[in-house]
Amino acid sequence: MDLLIPEVGLVVFQTIAFLLLMFLLGKFAWKPVLAAIKEREQSIDDALNKAELAKQEMARLTSQNEELMKQARADRDEILKEAKMLKDNIVNEAKTSAHTEGAKLIEKARIEIENQKKAALAELKGQVSALSLDIAERVLRSQLDDKAKQQDLVNNLLKDVELN
Amino acid sequence: MDCSHVFEFKFKRLIVVFTLFSAFLLVSLGVKAQVDSTHKASETHAETTEKKKFEIGKFALHHIADSHSWHVIGETYIGLPVILYAEGKLVTFNSSDFKHDDDAKVVVEKGGKRFVKMHEKIYLASAVANEHGQFVDLDEKHHAKNERPLDFSLTKNTCTLLISVVLLLVVFISVANSYKKRQGKSPKGLQSWLEPIILFVRDDIAKPNLGHKHERFMPYLLTVFFFIWFNNMLGLVPFLPGGANLTGNIAVTMVLAIITFGITVFNGNKHYWKHIFWMPGVPVPMKIFLMPLELIGIFTKPIALMIRLFANITAGHILVLSLICLIFVFNSIWVSAASIPFAIFIGGIELMVAFIQAFIFTILSALFIGMAVEEHH
Repeated sequence: MDLLIPEVGLVVFQTIAFLLLMFLLGKFAWKPVLAAIKEREQSIDDALNKAELAKQEMARLTSQNEELMKQARADRDEILKEAKMLKDNIVNEAKTSAHTEGAKLIEKARIEIENQKKAALAELKGQVSALSLDIAERVLRSQLDDKAKQQDLVNNLLKDVELN
Repeated sequence: MDCSHVFEFKFKRLIVVFTLFSAFLLVSLGVKAQVDSTHKASETHAETTEKKKFEIGKFALHHIADSHSWHVIGETYIGLPVILYAEGKLVTFNSSDFKHDDDAKVVVEKGGKRFVKMHEKIYLASAVANEHGQFVDLDEKHHAKNERPLDFSLTKNTCTLLISVVLLLVVFISVANSYKKRQGKSPKGLQSWLEPIILFVRDDIAKPNLGHKHERFMPYLLTVFFFIWFNNMLGLVPFLPGGANLTGNIAVTMVLAIITFGITVFNGNKHYWKHIFWMPGVPVPMKIFLMPLELIGIFTKPIALMIRLFANITAGHILVLSLICLIFVFNSIWVSAASIPFAIFIGGIELMVAFIQAFIFTILSALFIGMAVEEHH
């Protein structure tokens, strides 16, 4: 059963070698390796978190944009509506004002015509009366000469009047 | 005690690493089979003149034991330095001075002392040889009774130990450097091979057992894991620089278990000691009854660690050797048709065992340390 009896030499060598190995590896291998792994894991975690944040930010921005677009569309519709209303108002106003203006003008024209007519009638009346006086004067004068002649004269005068 | 997490290890990450290692080592095991058979062939040939019967047990035990010389191939051996401390004096010479004698028949005289080697152990030689020409006194079980000097030789196992230490340093310091070079980038090359295993040790061994305190014990857990794994693998390589049964040597596993024991004892908090000496929540007679049991438990845990690793690795080596030896037991080349494929199959299993034993040693160490440092609420 030599196998179960540890040899002193190997025990000593193993103890020294293993402790030395543990010290050296601990200092020059495990420490930097574990630190690097940890650091990398940390950076991966950070990157993932950042990506998640960016995604959220993105979603937020998108929804914000959508909101803005909606707002803009609503604004545009509002403006268009207003503009249309304004236009209609202006047109209507123009129409009404044109109507009233026209009516005014027509009224004015009518009054003018009336006035003119009145003036013309007055003048005609004047002329008729003058003519009548004239005729009456001439009739009276020819009556004084001859009855037939007087008649002719009146007829002729009346013809003239008609020609006039 | 909840142990379920012990078995929750993620094989997926490691399956690639495993496959590649398996592919490589299955090829080398085939070579091992050939090397061993040629070696054995020459040995048996020489022995047939003395005794016909091939002693399978002796052969296997010889192969898994430590040795003062390193067998390369055929009759070629590398003599390793022998360093002895005998009666206040340091004596060094090369083991080839024994001329491959392992039966205490060749005496080496150095520094005024006479040494013989028997069954890979060095004894102070007797003045005269016994009836077999051996310079030792044997007891009735044929064991040498001579005094032994303190043996600090660079044996096969010690050399493997040093090689593996250098290998581990080179591998992991280069990995650490590539982390520095490629800071913040994804791993590449050797780094990407070993990172999953380092993460496996951290996330599946250390964290579940040690919680937030795992960082303090990571250097030990990683070192012990890779030390055991690399040496298990080196042990499966049949030729230089592998072939030594380092992790199947009780001295090595004992030292590792003692370190785990030491870490457990020195980091144990007051709850841990209270649970051992004065178990809370049970009646006083039970407390007294449990005290010696718990006290024994402190020691049985590392002893189990020591025996488990030693026995598993040694058993694997013996199994492969025995299967190869069947050829010589039956003295027929046709047996090799069955025994070599089977030896290769066992070799494949040994690759898994190499990893699993490293894993088990590490996770149980983590568990024991975790029990000692656990905070009770």
